[in-house]
Amino acid sequence: MGMTIGEKIIARAAGVESVKAGDIQTVTLDRLMSNDGTTHLTVDMYNNKLKNPRIADKDKIVFIMDHNVPAENPKTAEAHKKMRNFAKEHGIVLYEGQGVCHQIMLEDWVCPGEIIFGADSHTCSYGALGAFGTGVGCTDLLYAIVTGKSWVLVPETIRFNLHGKLREGVYPRDLILTIIGDIGANGANYKVMEFAGDGAHNLSINDRMVLCNLCVEAGAKSGIVEPDEKVVEYCAEHGREAKADQMFVSDDDATFAAVYEYDLSKIEPVVARPDFVDDVIPLSECPKVKIDQAFLGSCNNGRIDDLRVAANILKGKKVSDEVRFIVAPASNAVYLEALEEGIMDTLMEAGAQIMNANCSVCWGSCQGVIGENEVLISTGTRNFKGRAGHPSSKVYLGSAETVTKAAITGYING
Amino acid sequence: MATFTGKVWVLGDDIDTDIIIPTEYLALPTVEDMKPYGFSPLRPELAGQIEEGDIIVAGKNFGCGSSREQAPEIIKALKVSCVIAKSYARIFFRNSINNGLLLIENDQIQDAVKEGDTLTVTLGETIEHDGTTYPIHSLPDNLMDIINAGGLVKAMQKRNGIIK
Repeated sequence: MGMTIGEKIIARAAGVESVKAGDIQTVTLDRLMSNDGTTHLTVDMYNNKLKNPRIADKDKIVFIMDHNVPAENPKTAEAHKKMRNFAKEHGIVLYEGQGVCHQIMLEDWVCPGEIIFGADSHTCSYGALGAFGTGVGCTDLLYAIVTGKSWVLVPETIRFNLHGKLREGVYPRDLILTIIGDIGANGANYKVMEFAGDGAHNLSINDRMVLCNLCVEAGAKSGIVEPDEKVVEYCAEHGREAKADQMFVSDDDATFAAVYEYDLSKIEPVVARPDFVDDVIPLSECPKVKIDQAFLGSCNNGRIDDLRVAANILKGKKVSDEVRFIVAPASNAVYLEALEEGIMDTLMEAGAQIMNANCSVCWGSCQGVIGENEVLISTGTRNFKGRAGHPSSKVYLGSAETVTKAAITGYING
Repeated sequence: MATFTGKVWVLGDDIDTDIIIPTEYLALPTVEDMKPYGFSPLRPELAGQIEEGDIIVAGKNFGCGSSREQAPEIIKALKVSCVIAKSYARIFFRNSINNGLLLIENDQIQDAVKEGDTLTVTLGETIEHDGTTYPIHSLPDNLMDIINAGGLVKAMQKRNGIIK
């Protein structure tokens, strides 16, 4: 009986020959990630609820402060202190203000074939490098920190065969929003979304990050692109080795819950309307919507490619007087690259506000929060009711190009 | 088999974690402090109206969105006896079990029930509403053990004694 990529990774981590969807397996986790959204809660439980607590393997844990950095109020500062002190006390690696957690994990840690738990829903991003990343709550993470293990229900896999290439002006963001619009916000609930075919291999690693990152918005446990030579190169460029025996691909006789075919050349620019990520319509059919703010950034679209798109469009132009255009690079590595290329000069001259590398507007808590009845167009991950501020405010999601153009004209599709 | 009766609050599809507890309140020190803001983007008055033992009935994909564990914690703090939904988002499902919140899956009751009605749940067997019964499944024993213990941390305590 053949296995999918997800099944192969779980079988390896469980130390068994084979698994099939529906099995419950205990796996040894390869890495654990926790950010400042919830680490203080995990630390509280560890310190106050456990008797003789211990950490199974501190070298597998990565702490990243990205949600509220630098701290915006004394409560956050205390939560950060707790996280910082715990990391120091236990010798856990800590990143503070270096970028969004998933971007840092992909730049510095993730290897193909690994299974990684992160206390953040967008941990599914790690499939860009052929790993099985999944989001958990802080109690699951605590259990994993203490035991080094966790149980997983082996998920079914939905296979997406991608063909060809995206047209000029169409982005992986448009592709994944289109897919989510097609299958719905729970279309892949509990399942792995696996991407393969020549179209998947045509995508860069950065493109694959965009794709896998948003899989949780269709309910998926993980998103995984079939790993190839580009993954090996990416890992080598970032100072680590992709092990040949962990470059898993699905067997020909693997069982899929469903198989979809997508011709990438037919994908067009889209937007997700408030308040649901699966309420997706072609940009061309979107009525002209006046906006108050535009945001470029997040673990979905704060990478160098996105900043380049914005700079190319903004060169010699100005952000509308009616719009705040907020840009947050996904990591300091991205930020430095953008500085070197002169991108930040272009964006600032056009009137953009550049933030430090963090979750920023996407998290709706510390930067660029929007007010009553305001409208935001964003490359962030979600457009739920009140996600970016006041409950009456509205969030549209789109690609870096769609967002930047709206920042100039003051209108979506205007 | 445990049986309980409760008054119903009806919610729709795709009730996300930002609705259950918006980001801006996550910095409050305790779940008790956050509790009044539960479901506030959708129904600001709801958290104040829910009484102990009430039941939330919702549509598909309940709890979609972020991994914030405060979402099930708040529903539990509101002393809701259980949530009955057509389906649950997976991270929320795990977090609910880990925090001892009972979730029941049923996709028929939504058409029959209206807000303020009363439901009787017999665990692992049926939901009874206005003379009609609807079958429900029980969760696997290992998950019920966690719920009955009051969550994963307490279940760990029972199992291997590493908890205070």
